[in-house]
Amino acid sequence: MEKELRLMKGNEAIAEAAIRAGADGYFGYPITPQSEILEYLMEANPQATTGMVVLQAESEVAAINMVYGGAACGKKVMTSSSSPGISLKQEGITYIAGAELPCLIVNVVRGGPGLGTIQPAQSDYFQATKGGGHGDYHLIVLAPASVQEMADFVELGFDLAFKYRNPAMILSDGAIGQMMEKVWLKPQKKRSEEILPWATTGKPATRERNIITSLDLDPERQERFNLKLIAKYREMEEKEVRFEEFMTEDAEYLFVAYGTSARLCQKALQLARAEGIKAGLLRPVTLFPFPKKRLNELADRVKGMLAVEMSAGQMVEDVMLSVNGKTRVSHYGRMGGMIPTPEEVVENLKSFIKG
Amino acid sequence: MADITFNDIIKPENLTYKKSKLMTDNVMHYCPGCGHGTAHNVLAEVLEEEGLQERTVGITPVGCSVLMYNYIDVDFQEAAHGRAPALATAVKRLMPDKFVFTYQGDGDLAAIGTAETIHTCNRGENILMLFINNGIYGMTGGQMAPTTLPGMKSSTSPYGRDVSMMGSPIKMADIVAMLPGTCYVTRQSVNTAAGVRKLKKALKKAVQYQNENRGTCFIEVVSNCPSGWKMTPVESNKWMEENMFPFYPLGDIKVPAE
Repeated sequence: MEKELRLMKGNEAIAEAAIRAGADGYFGYPITPQSEILEYLMEANPQATTGMVVLQAESEVAAINMVYGGAACGKKVMTSSSSPGISLKQEGITYIAGAELPCLIVNVVRGGPGLGTIQPAQSDYFQATKGGGHGDYHLIVLAPASVQEMADFVELGFDLAFKYRNPAMILSDGAIGQMMEKVWLKPQKKRSEEILPWATTGKPATRERNIITSLDLDPERQERFNLKLIAKYREMEEKEVRFEEFMTEDAEYLFVAYGTSARLCQKALQLARAEGIKAGLLRPVTLFPFPKKRLNELADRVKGMLAVEMSAGQMVEDVMLSVNGKTRVSHYGRMGGMIPTPEEVVENLKSFIKG
Repeated sequence: MADITFNDIIKPENLTYKKSKLMTDNVMHYCPGCGHGTAHNVLAEVLEEEGLQERTVGITPVGCSVLMYNYIDVDFQEAAHGRAPALATAVKRLMPDKFVFTYQGDGDLAAIGTAETIHTCNRGENILMLFINNGIYGMTGGQMAPTTLPGMKSSTSPYGRDVSMMGSPIKMADIVAMLPGTCYVTRQSVNTAAGVRKLKKALKKAVQYQNENRGTCFIEVVSNCPSGWKMTPVESNKWMEENMFPFYPLGDIKVPAE
């Protein structure tokens, strides 16, 4: 397959990009609003072309554990789900993080808690960026704001996951998953035939047996392992922070928003500027590692930051930690599947400016 | 007879059963008299004799055999409680030329992992599922398992398993035998030399069927738990023969057409 321009839903773009990125396997379970990923892959039937395995599991729990098994073989494997399903996957995700395995997990977020709604939300930020399951760990978290990025972040997610031997997550939402936009798809990559030295692929006489586990009953060794993980996360914070800035050069007030909220903040920014408010926007592309350093720098020259999220206020805590009291920080959010309008964001910015 | 010494007994010509070359020298953590060690050795012998070391991936459970990877010299993945068949599914689908087995206890396979067990067998994944059934949670200290016999005492059924409140023991081998995806389902034991030989035969069949892509092979080993049952090894074997075997009869439950 050559480079190609197509009109696609965000979910479909993820599925097609996975095939083209040379993924070895996808394991999923249907849940709205992301079932198109599994449906698209089943219809595309990549097993017959690239050899990519696609399997509908009996549950999200089974699906993430299939990912665990595949990742332990050094294969490029992924799963996708939406909020309630991602909660079910947390056990598997913490084992994968604990066993230091690369994989890609897609969360097309819907409103919660509980069964919640099937409409878009950003209320899984804490779960995605602070670990999600038990134990001290982090995922690499990428936040796409377009269908193009849904496609691009599949390969980026896999690359980062393998670079750090750490699970990566695409944290999207029902709006980006369902909306259609044009998207440039990359040419088909061949699936890798490389046998990774740590992978469980059968023990040849030339090496010791490989054991993939997250268990260590010796507390001293377990703590050394925890320290190793922390060092890995610090390295990500040094090297992998990605963000985008809009009109920050002369900004007096800064929106901080990701994904769908960042798109509507771009419009809110124009509306605010038209009213003479010098607004800017910082869009974190990686939610972990978070652009702490850049926000701290910007805090020296803005009068305040407004975190706009489709949640009760989650990312705003990371903004506050980043600026560490240097400037005022507030939050504006809608919940339950409601998407704020640019106009209401500007109104909220105005009342924030008034103090 | 009284003149026979220890050194007379351990002469090579007297050695009928020995440790497989695939068994490591690590000291086993299993309690004296437990069936796990024997089951491990039989499996290791089969892997060795069939020349499978280079293409075997084993999946260990959570439970007494969680550290199985310390004892058999093949590549291993350590699953979460109940999830071994899901890992094995992916391993086999992604690398169909490998020999893939899971090794699980009763809590793992028949309680928390029931869905994975049923659906892996139902899809007919080309793997071997080894199921050690001793009717108790050994590692956590002797709690009631899904396979605990009616009336049997455990730390969470201290007055005996009351089936009206706690349900009846579940016969997983019989259940999975009903699914079209399973190719070979058998129930064996390791309490006698004859039992060990039969289990070895069963394992060799499972290797053959997996090589022929014939579907899921499910081998249950009815075993003892001296510590969990609060018995000596000899007592526990006697109790197993008198109580477990009538409820979980040994023998083939499903065999493929030759």
